[in-house]
Amino acid sequence: METIEAIRDRILATFPGAEVTVVLNGSPSAQHSLRIGKAHALAIARWLRNDEALSLDQCSNVTGVDWPEREVTENKVKRIEPGCLEVVYHLYSISKRLGPVVIRMRTGNRTDDVTLPSLTPVWRACEFQEREVFDLFGVHFGGHPDLRRILMWDEFKDHPMRRDYVAPDDFDWEPTPHDDVLARAKENREKRTAAPAKEGGA
Amino acid sequence: MNTVADLFSENTGFREGDLLELSMGPHHPSTHGVFRMNVTLDGERVVRLKPVFGYLHRNHEKIAEGNSYLAAMPYTDRLDYLAGMTNNWAYAHAVEKLCGVEVPVRAEYLRVILAELTRIQNHACLCGFLVQDLGASGTPLMYAFREREKVLDLFEAISGSRMMGNFQRFGGCREDAKPEWLAAVAKLVAEFPSFLDEFEELLAGNEIILSRTQGIGVMKADQAVNAGVTGPVLRSTGVAHDLRKVDRYGVYSRFEFSVPVGAHGDTYDRYMVRLLECRESLKILAQALKDIPDGPVLDPKAKQKGLRPKAGEAYGRIEGPKGEIGFYLISDGGPNPYRFRIRPPSLINLTLLEDICLGQTLADAVAVLGSIDIVLGEVDR
Repeated sequence: METIEAIRDRILATFPGAEVTVVLNGSPSAQHSLRIGKAHALAIARWLRNDEALSLDQCSNVTGVDWPEREVTENKVKRIEPGCLEVVYHLYSISKRLGPVVIRMRTGNRTDDVTLPSLTPVWRACEFQEREVFDLFGVHFGGHPDLRRILMWDEFKDHPMRRDYVAPDDFDWEPTPHDDVLARAKENREKRTAAPAKEGGA
Repeated sequence: MNTVADLFSENTGFREGDLLELSMGPHHPSTHGVFRMNVTLDGERVVRLKPVFGYLHRNHEKIAEGNSYLAAMPYTDRLDYLAGMTNNWAYAHAVEKLCGVEVPVRAEYLRVILAELTRIQNHACLCGFLVQDLGASGTPLMYAFREREKVLDLFEAISGSRMMGNFQRFGGCREDAKPEWLAAVAKLVAEFPSFLDEFEELLAGNEIILSRTQGIGVMKADQAVNAGVTGPVLRSTGVAHDLRKVDRYGVYSRFEFSVPVGAHGDTYDRYMVRLLECRESLKILAQALKDIPDGPVLDPKAKQKGLRPKAGEAYGRIEGPKGEIGFYLISDGGPNPYRFRIRPPSLINLTLLEDICLGQTLADAVAVLGSIDIVLGEVDR
């Protein structure tokens, strides 16, 4: 299979002005990936599927990753790295026996700018998996034919796979809360009053 | 105004020719667990079918992200009670990719033996359940369960547990196989074909089975590839895609076996492909038992507890009995996975359920669901 840099160069040659960056993977698996700007994502996905050399006809795995805001220290200078939600797609070619080509997209932030283009029109395999990412992470997929919660119930408000998710106290319910459970319930109540938007489900 | 139909229409306002909305499940014997289908029926024909998931959801991924790498291992076999050993292997495979761990050859052989045993007991069960869904109550299913029991005895002997083996470790297996155990596997391999012959003779030419399965629930090859369908369901449409041949993970490149494919992608092909796969698995088992080398099954220096892979990510996948079972892990250098994702074959194989059930009768939709082979622990995670 061609290198990830070669794929990036061919994408850039086909879509001038598209945002495509190579994300190197430090682990021995060496599965490097391409981060794609959302403006051209759908067109690039379609191109990856239809391109003769790659023909990535199977989207195997779709998943979300939550990156909360964090403080990083570079050259002894502290800066705040803004948080975002990321969606990762693992693409394979069944006809050419190639893969994986990993593409990822990032939302602008974790609160209001959370819309990404849905790739379900290109690979039907994304249908349930994007619904799952929507349900558990809160990424909205524009152009998804049937974007509903899939694992949690419809009335549920929050997104449980986010790293700052706080489970409601009644999940830890005991007849007479004491010790750890009582302490956790108090702690959760304080967190929730600090961030009223985090009210859990039923 | 005496018939049941009249009473029904009187009480519900339902008139001849109306569409009937039916919520089938979650507690319905044909849904193989807690799965629900919201079906709209025109007479007996399905005009709309929406699967509803989540009744068994416990956010396994979140649990795994709060624990060490090793602590997630026993959870993986609880995803699918029929394929514990292959799920263990898939997870170990992903972690080995993430850390770059080598696996001793004997362990690779042992993994192959356990995976193929898993495959034959999964497929035997599926064929039994499918025939049960078609209305052949009891006998064929119990024949299949009798065979499955023999495989579970072997699992119990080597791992201490019939279904929840927790057997694989990062860089090998937890225990070595004793010569008596390998001899018991060889005995099973020698005896299993007679069950397959019996099962095929009993059912394959049966007129009722043929008319209930042939041409029902037809899935097309390009449609299946696009929908991410994998495993025997994909192969029944004629696509010879088997990760044991494509990725050649482990020591699969050393064995001679073929990949059975179907021609029509209907319920019958999905059923037959599995029976044929059992025979191929037996071939692999015979070769693996003949060639298995001596040596360690786990490098004692391979780290299990307190594993802290350096920052990076890996996606590892293997061919499970139900299709491609994969694990996607992101490490931030800490003791817990930063992101732990399971690629569930059963859930993704259900993507096309509505498409292939449209226009079929409700009774056939039950058989189609049975032929896709789902386990809800893995669908809902």
